[in-house]
Amino acid sequence: MARQEKKKDVVIVGLGWTGAIAGIELAQDGLEIVALERGPDQSTVPNFKYPNQIDELKYGVRLKMMQKLSQQTVTVRRNEDETARPYRKLGSFLPGNGVGGAGTHWNGLNWRPMPEELKLKSYVIENWGEDIIAEDMTIGDYPVSYDELEPYFTQFEKVAGISGYAGNLNGEIREGGNPFEGWRSEDFPMPPLPRTWDSQKFHDACIASGYHPFPAPAGIASTAYVNPYGMQMGPCNFCGFCERYGCYQYSKSSPQTTILDALKRKPNFSYRTHCEVLRVEMAEDGKTATGVTYFDEEAQEEVFQPADLVILSSYQLNNVHLMLVSGIGEPYDPATGKGVTGKNYAYQMNGGISMFFEDDNFNPFVGHGANGTCIDDFAINQIDFGEEGFIGGAYWRSGTFNGQPIRNMPLPKGTPAWGAGWKEGIGRWYGHAMSIGSHGSNLAYANNYLDLDPNYTDRHGRPLMRMTFDWHDNDLRMNQFMKSKMEPLAKSMNPDIMQVGFKGPGAHYDVRPYQTTHNTGGHIMSETPQEGVVNRYCQAWDKHNVFVMGAGNFVQNTQYNPTGLLGGLAYWTVQAIRTQYLPNPRPLV
Amino acid sequence: MLPFPGRLMFNPLAGHLPMTDIPGLPSRRSFLKGSAAGVALSALATSASAEKAEAPVSLEDYKREFLNDAEWAFVMAATARLIPSEGDGPGAIEARVPVFIDRQLAGDYGSAEDWYMEGPHDASASPQLGWQTPLTPAEVYRQAIPAFDAWCSKTHGDVFAGLEASQQDEALTALQNGDVELQPEVRDFFSILLANTKEGYFADPMYGGNHGMQSWVYIGFPGARAAFREWPERHNIRYPLGPVSISGERA
Repeated sequence: MARQEKKKDVVIVGLGWTGAIAGIELAQDGLEIVALERGPDQSTVPNFKYPNQIDELKYGVRLKMMQKLSQQTVTVRRNEDETARPYRKLGSFLPGNGVGGAGTHWNGLNWRPMPEELKLKSYVIENWGEDIIAEDMTIGDYPVSYDELEPYFTQFEKVAGISGYAGNLNGEIREGGNPFEGWRSEDFPMPPLPRTWDSQKFHDACIASGYHPFPAPAGIASTAYVNPYGMQMGPCNFCGFCERYGCYQYSKSSPQTTILDALKRKPNFSYRTHCEVLRVEMAEDGKTATGVTYFDEEAQEEVFQPADLVILSSYQLNNVHLMLVSGIGEPYDPATGKGVTGKNYAYQMNGGISMFFEDDNFNPFVGHGANGTCIDDFAINQIDFGEEGFIGGAYWRSGTFNGQPIRNMPLPKGTPAWGAGWKEGIGRWYGHAMSIGSHGSNLAYANNYLDLDPNYTDRHGRPLMRMTFDWHDNDLRMNQFMKSKMEPLAKSMNPDIMQVGFKGPGAHYDVRPYQTTHNTGGHIMSETPQEGVVNRYCQAWDKHNVFVMGAGNFVQNTQYNPTGLLGGLAYWTVQAIRTQYLPNPRPLV
Repeated sequence: MLPFPGRLMFNPLAGHLPMTDIPGLPSRRSFLKGSAAGVALSALATSASAEKAEAPVSLEDYKREFLNDAEWAFVMAATARLIPSEGDGPGAIEARVPVFIDRQLAGDYGSAEDWYMEGPHDASASPQLGWQTPLTPAEVYRQAIPAFDAWCSKTHGDVFAGLEASQQDEALTALQNGDVELQPEVRDFFSILLANTKEGYFADPMYGGNHGMQSWVYIGFPGARAAFREWPERHNIRYPLGPVSISGERA
C-alpha cells in the first residue's frame, strides 16, 4: 500500500526547463504546487563550480550529469523484424538527470521553428501537391500557428536570456540577421557574441558565395543581464565547457540561471528530489487523473501524490513512457495507423565537413555551445521540394565548441587510429581543424514509433519503452543535397585537406555515436483526438487535467534544435491553463 | 617569461594576457623535442609541471587496484604500442596511462555502474545496437586478455608482452581488424582498450594518466584554464599559455 502525501493543486513531473516554467507561472496564481524530480538536486554552486566542472573525463566521457540507464532506459530496434535491445550505454542521445534536466547540459542553441514548419503538410500540399508526400510519411500541421506562438517565443527568449540579432523584425528584413526566419516582435534580449576565427572564415566564404550568414541564436549571455524574474546572468568567457556540463559562471541559459532561484522563493512551491514518478493515476470515470504515484528513493517506498492538475514535464522519452504505462491516449499501432500514443517519434538528420588548415590556429577550446555563424539558405522554406525530390531542410553552422581532446580530435583521413602515426597526427593537427555542420529535419513516418517492450523491464517491473526507428530515404536525400551544396563552399575556403561526413542511401540508425538529444514526438499535438495525444494547448485529449510539456508535442521534428519551440509551447500552455482552464476546468477543445 | 607565473587557479577571469606579451614565447613543440625524445620517465617528471609535486612511484612499484600481473604486463605493453614513446610528445607509458586504466577498471566505469545490464543479452546483435555483451568493461579486459595472449602465443610464439615491438604491432592490427577470433562477448575489446588509452592520455592528471599534463602540453590544450574572455576575436593567433589541472598544477 503506497504512502499518501497531502493533496496539492498541481503536481509537476520533472523539474527541467518546462517544469520550472510551469512552476513559476502557476505559482503566481497562488496554487499549491509540488514538483517531483527523479534525479538529484543541483545548483550552479556547489554542483557546477570551477574548477571541478572542467573535467572532460567525468562529464564529457563518463557522462555523470546524464540519466543513468541502470535506472531508466529504452530498447531500440530499426525495424519490426529486429529484436529490440536495451540502450545499455549512453551514445546517440543523452537525456539529463536531476534538477534542471537537459536544460543544464545543453549547448544553448535556441531556435524558433520556421512558420512553414508548423504547417508543414499544408505548405507542401499548397506548393507541390499531395503526391510528393510518400505513403508512409505521417507529417501534419501543428494545431497552432507561428503567429499565435510568437509572443510566447519572445517570452521564453527573455526569460532564458538569448543572444543574437533579429533578421526579421516585425517584417523588416535586417542585414546581418537571418532573412529567412519568422518575424520577431522584438530584437533578441542580448546582442550576439563575438566571432571566433573559424566562424569568421565561414562567414566570409558565405558572403563570397552569396549566402546570408548570421550569428547563431545563443542561450549564452553576451553581456550582463537581468531577466523578467530578476535572475542575473554574467557574460560568457568562452570557457568551452557547455555541452554535457553545467555552466560554472552563470552565463549559459538554464533553469538554474534563469528560473529556479526565483521559483524556490515562492512559498506555495516545493519540490522533492530522488522521486521517480511511476505512473499517473486515473479517476474511476476515466476522464481525469487523480495524481501520480512515485518511488521515493530515500524511503524506498511508493508514494501517492494526489493533485487536481498533473503536468508531465519530464524528458520526451519519459513523458511518452509514463503515458503508455498510465493509459493516456490509445497506444499507436503502425499496422492499422490507429492509436496515438507513441506515434511520430522523430529525431534529427545531421552531417558536416571537417577542414584542415595547417597554418591556421583555431584554438578549439575557446568557444561555447552556441558559438558560430549560421546560414539558412538551405532551410525548409528555401528549397523547392518538387525539384529536389525530398521534403526537409537544414541550417548550417561553423564555430568552435567542445574543443576538448578526448572527444574532439579530428584527423585527416588516412591518419592511423593509433601508434606513432596517430601521435604525430595529433601534434600536427590539433587546433588546425574547423568544421561546418548541417543540422537537418527528420520527418515523421508510420514505422518510426514508440511502444512498450515485451522483453525488458525496469527496476520497478515496468516494461521498458521500445523505440522503433530508422533513417528514411527522404531524409537521407535531404542530407545528400546538403553535402552537394556544402562541398563547393568548403572547397572555396581552400583547406589543405577536407573530409566529408554525411549519411547517404542505405544508412541505418546506429545508437553508438552521439548524434543529438533531440528526441521528439510520441505525444503529438493534433486537431482531433484521432490524430494525436494532446490538443492545441498540450492538454491530453482523454484526460483533461493532464497537460504535457516538451518536444513530445512536436508533430514532426523541425530542422532546428528543439528548445526554442518547446520553451514557447510551455508558455503558451501555461497561459491557457491560467486564463482558460483554472477558471473552468474542462477539455479546452 | 609569462607575465603571471603565480596565476590564481580559483580566479579564472585573471587569465587576461595583453597582446603584446604573446610574441617570443618558446615553442612548446621544440621544448618537447629536446626533453621527450627517447626518454625516460624521470626526464618528464622534472619538467616545470612537477616542481611542487613529488615524483610518482614508478610503474613497476605502482600498487594496482584491479589488474593482475599478466593483465598489467599486457596493458603496459599494449598501451606502449598504441601511443609509443618515440617521436614528439609523451607516449602512453610516460603519461602513465596504465595507472589510469587500472583505476578506471576498479571504479564505477569498470563495473558498468551507470549502465543497464539486465538480461537477456545478445552479444551477437548488430554492433549498431551498441553495448550488448553481458560483461562489464572490467570483465571484458579479464576475459579478452588471456584469449588474446593465447592467440599471440599460438601465432607468434609468446604472450603479447613477450613479443618484439613489430610483432606486437602486427598482433594489435589483427585484433583491430577482427582477425583474432574472439567470443562475441569480448569482440569490442580493441576499441575499448584504444578508447581507454586515449582517455588516460588526455584526461585530467587526477585520474592517474596524462602525467605532468605533458599530453596537453604536446597538443596545446590548456586543460582547466576555462577562461578566454578576450580570445574569441584574437583571430588565428595561437593561445600561448600552458595547461593547468583541476588540482592546480601548471605546466
